[in-house]
Amino acid sequence: MLAILDYEAGNQTSVRRALDFLDIPCTITAEPNALLQADGVIFPGVGAAGQAMAELGDKGLDAVLKEVVRTGKPLLGICVGCQILLDYSEENDTKTLAILPGECRRFDPSWKDEDGRNLIIPHMGWNGLRRKQECVLLGNVPDEAEFYFVHSYFPVPSPELVLATTFYGQEFASLFGRPGLWATQFHPEKSGRPGLTLLANFHAHCKEATHAQ
Amino acid sequence: MLSKRIIPCLDVRDGRLTKGVKFKGNVDIGDPVDMAKFYSDEGADELVFYDITASSEGRGIMLRVVEEVASKTFIPFSVGGGIRNVADMRAVLLAGAEKISVNSAAVRAPEIISQGAAAFGSQCVVVGMDVLKVPVTLEIPSGYEVVIHGGRTPTGMDALAWARRAQELGAGEICLNSIDADGTKEGYELTLTRLIAESVSIPVIASGGAGKPEHMADALTQGLASAALIASIVHYGEYTIRGIKDILANQGIKVRQVW
Repeated sequence: MLAILDYEAGNQTSVRRALDFLDIPCTITAEPNALLQADGVIFPGVGAAGQAMAELGDKGLDAVLKEVVRTGKPLLGICVGCQILLDYSEENDTKTLAILPGECRRFDPSWKDEDGRNLIIPHMGWNGLRRKQECVLLGNVPDEAEFYFVHSYFPVPSPELVLATTFYGQEFASLFGRPGLWATQFHPEKSGRPGLTLLANFHAHCKEATHAQ
Repeated sequence: MLSKRIIPCLDVRDGRLTKGVKFKGNVDIGDPVDMAKFYSDEGADELVFYDITASSEGRGIMLRVVEEVASKTFIPFSVGGGIRNVADMRAVLLAGAEKISVNSAAVRAPEIISQGAAAFGSQCVVVGMDVLKVPVTLEIPSGYEVVIHGGRTPTGMDALAWARRAQELGAGEICLNSIDADGTKEGYELTLTRLIAESVSIPVIASGGAGKPEHMADALTQGLASAALIASIVHYGEYTIRGIKDILANQGIKVRQVW
């Protein structure tokens, strides 16, 4: 059973629909026990970093997330749920969870796209990945596969955590983390078959991790 | 590198597609859910549904269609038509759409854009504009006027000024439909598309006039559009989305080719 973290700022129902489609048992919950007993936790997110942190803090979920990571339970953060795993976000000048080292910065509108035009912000649409390190989440995902992005801020994790990058005005980390603790700036739940494959890979890892304990 | 998007548009009334879509095989050509799945499998980057239902009963049916599309396709889609307030937006987004599109309602009451952006984020709010070429006047210096009710009612508003205003109010994207080009299959209105795309910093979706892939190539290059909306050229089986993307890629346009 996977737990999808329930907080007001998220897009948890899209993630649930994707897991339902994959026949992966899941529950949307904000119950600390349910989160700590799941095989793995998905932390989805849209909205702003400040608002998301406030929601988490109000419900004590920031501490629960840290406990999930401390106990070695697999965690997947998506979009804002990816960004706020880092120390700090320029969005709303927000101190974030500090589960992984790094920060989140805004795309600079003076950066140029490939045609030499000013960058359109948000970065919205399909973009590819350049793989930097082996990652089980990308197993069976074709190299040329693209993923759906929609964001105005991008993560800058500590370099050793970068698993794949994407180019938009400059190269940024679109997939980062370490085994069992991953963050995707893109939305796997809206990225067609490659996204579904990534979610299935996450679930497979969670089951193995639970089994190994 | 960000791909240009190809977006089929489906008109729905009372839960059924309104245009006869000529497909063979196991696709119920009147069923928006089946068609959404078909286009998603074919490589559509996004989908747009326009609900042209008038009755409240039909609105309920549309929400069920949205839920079912969201349960069976896993690409972004937007829903437009009949969205009058934040409550309507919330219902559609909760049912599983990524974005909502407002058109006439935003012309009548522009605050729906800022309210929607505040509640759900700019990325959820698409402003649809129907535009007609008119003589240049003091009121309409760009020579393009915003019209509503499917092109029947002029508003006296300049399209360029309205696009900028929509962006200021928090629109995340503009879907720009040329009434002059719509249905002609002779190509998008490139002058208009470029004019608007150059004047805003949010993505512009070109709409109206696509008859062949070269038209889309023009809109995505000369027109500076981020995406091209298509309807009849794929609905009637003249072109496939994969075929269109192959042609665009051959012209050096970055499109998503693996899915």
